[in-house]
Amino acid sequence: MDVIRVENVKTVFGKKVVHDGLFLSVKEREIYGLLGPSGCGKTTLMREMVMLEPIHSGSIYVLGENVAKISEKKAQKLRESWGVLFQFGALFSSLNIAENIARPLVEYTTLSKKTIEEVVAFKLQLVGLKPSDAYLYPSQISGGMKKKAGLARALAMDPKLLFLDEPTSGLDPISAREFDRLILQLRELLGLTIVMVSHDIRSIKDTMDRFAIIDNKKIAYEGDYAGIANAKSDFIDTFFKEENEQ
Amino acid sequence: MERSGGFRIEAQEKGCRIALFGDFDFLALQKFEKRSNALGLDERTVIDCKNVDRLDTIAALFLVELQHKHSLTLANTEKIERTLELARKYPIKELPSKDEGGFIAKIGKEASKKFCFVVAFLNFIGELFVKKVSVFFKPKYFRYKEILFEINQSAIKALGIVALTSFLVGVVIAYQSAVQLKLYGANIFIVDMLGISILRELAPMITAIVIAGRSGSAYTAEIGAMKITEELDAMRTMGFDPFYYLVIPRIVALVVTLPILIFVADISGVLGGMLISNTQLNISFGLFIDRFNEVIALKHFLIGIFKGPFFAFLIATIAIYRGFMVKDDTQSIGKNTTKSVVESIFAVIVCDALFSVIFTNLGV
Ligand SMILES: Nc1ncnc2c1ncn2[C@@H]1O[C@H](COP(=O)(O)OP(=O)(O)O)[C@@H](O)[C@H]1O
Ligand SMILES: [Mg+2]
Repeated sequence: MDVIRVENVKTVFGKKVVHDGLFLSVKEREIYGLLGPSGCGKTTLMREMVMLEPIHSGSIYVLGENVAKISEKKAQKLRESWGVLFQFGALFSSLNIAENIARPLVEYTTLSKKTIEEVVAFKLQLVGLKPSDAYLYPSQISGGMKKKAGLARALAMDPKLLFLDEPTSGLDPISAREFDRLILQLRELLGLTIVMVSHDIRSIKDTMDRFAIIDNKKIAYEGDYAGIANAKSDFIDTFFKEENEQ
Repeated sequence: MERSGGFRIEAQEKGCRIALFGDFDFLALQKFEKRSNALGLDERTVIDCKNVDRLDTIAALFLVELQHKHSLTLANTEKIERTLELARKYPIKELPSKDEGGFIAKIGKEASKKFCFVVAFLNFIGELFVKKVSVFFKPKYFRYKEILFEINQSAIKALGIVALTSFLVGVVIAYQSAVQLKLYGANIFIVDMLGISILRELAPMITAIVIAGRSGSAYTAEIGAMKITEELDAMRTMGFDPFYYLVIPRIVALVVTLPILIFVADISGVLGGMLISNTQLNISFGLFIDRFNEVIALKHFLIGIFKGPFFAFLIATIAIYRGFMVKDDTQSIGKNTTKSVVESIFAVIVCDALFSVIFTNLGV
């Protein structure tokens, strides 16, 4: 079963066409990448998948539901079953890190305070933050820490579907590799399906099962890392050349 | 599709046996957590996870904690064991306790906060004064474009609402007084009453209140948002002093335009009163204007206009200062905007009271 299916999606801002007929599909338990040059519309496509941006034409199915024609009740159910990490963290600025992570748990479960606190302490360490960072506010932490805290919040409910927008950008290389290990481990143990935007070639190589490259408003390539040699596009040539020469 | 998760309690002779099954996630755990307290778990208890298809980390943490507390037995498959392993991986199970300090410490913190606030305000006023003076010597710091933009934004676009509010206040006052004046047959004195009260007090006050609520709040929110997104810091590093680019243009814009707005409020307020005098007291427009000419001295109008720049300075300074006070989180924008409006209206009223005393003593 396809967890996500994008069919002939066109996106337009004013007069500017960002996507012109995108097709792609994400399978269950897959780590799926969205790649492409800056401004090609990766974030926008992801926002369309999570119902933040209207779709001009075409359709997107997430967990079997057409997100453009979904009832509010089903939409709410979808929102509870996925986690989203925004490109810049998007933490709630008036809550500290611990409260940010605990928020979905407090809102959607009746678990006891003690259990929730345990979960928060665990998720903090899982993404590489220290429990002593728990009471810092978003304005008091670095960009990389915001990314980690945002990831911890996205993971708070152990969602089956995870959207990550540039999760490793702004992280030091050690944290980035730890992140790669973490998502592989979570995918295996929890059966996660992950859609992520990334420019990190190591991450792409090590974690992604398949990826789509958006270039020039279209999908320039969809498939795994091995098949990239046969694809033709300026972006692909430049981006993957160095790596393949080594 | 996985089965949704749940648990079955299978009591046995020695200790109890609990079988978990399906997709055992936080939803299943919610129910299990509530029951588990009443179960009387001990070291003979066995929790059987062999039929669990998927154990999420929240449930895994809970089970690990149970095992730790009661030293009970978990019967696992290899995959579940690895999830539990992940849950056991981190030694720190609790968040460090929050150190908030004692009662005395809290008082101290609060007091020092208030003190810093006062110092910061003095600092702001001082800097404002110095920069204001220096603008006169360095005309290139006088940002005409920004000033005109702000005049359009915070005054010209407010003309309609100021005129309408003042018109309605004129109508209300005239209506209420008409009833009383009719009783004494003193119809014509409505002109004296409206003229003096509107020109001297009501129009400046209404204008100031509308502008504080409309433009003052906008100043606070704009500058506050710029502070949070680090735009102010970016300006500083590029050598654009926010005082010249943001503060002075806004203050100048309001100081220049508030008298004009008061003038508009005068006209529409008197117009409202005139309309009601006509319908309720049968005073024709011609008669109203003749009487107005006769009894309302120019000084009342001038005093009203004279208050404008003072009110404008208070509103703009407080609003901008509140904008700079915004800190770190988005809530603080809301809090400071509220404070900005309340404080500037309060300051305007205090200032007006002072003027009343001064003018009365001067005999004007
Ligand atoms: N709200 C918007 N209004 C107008 N244009 C937008 C908007 N959001 C995104 N765009 C445009 O869409 C394109 C794709 O943006 P984005 O999805 O953020 O790119 P990226 O692939 O780098 O994440 C960009 O050219 C951007 O200018
Ligand atoms: Mg992006």
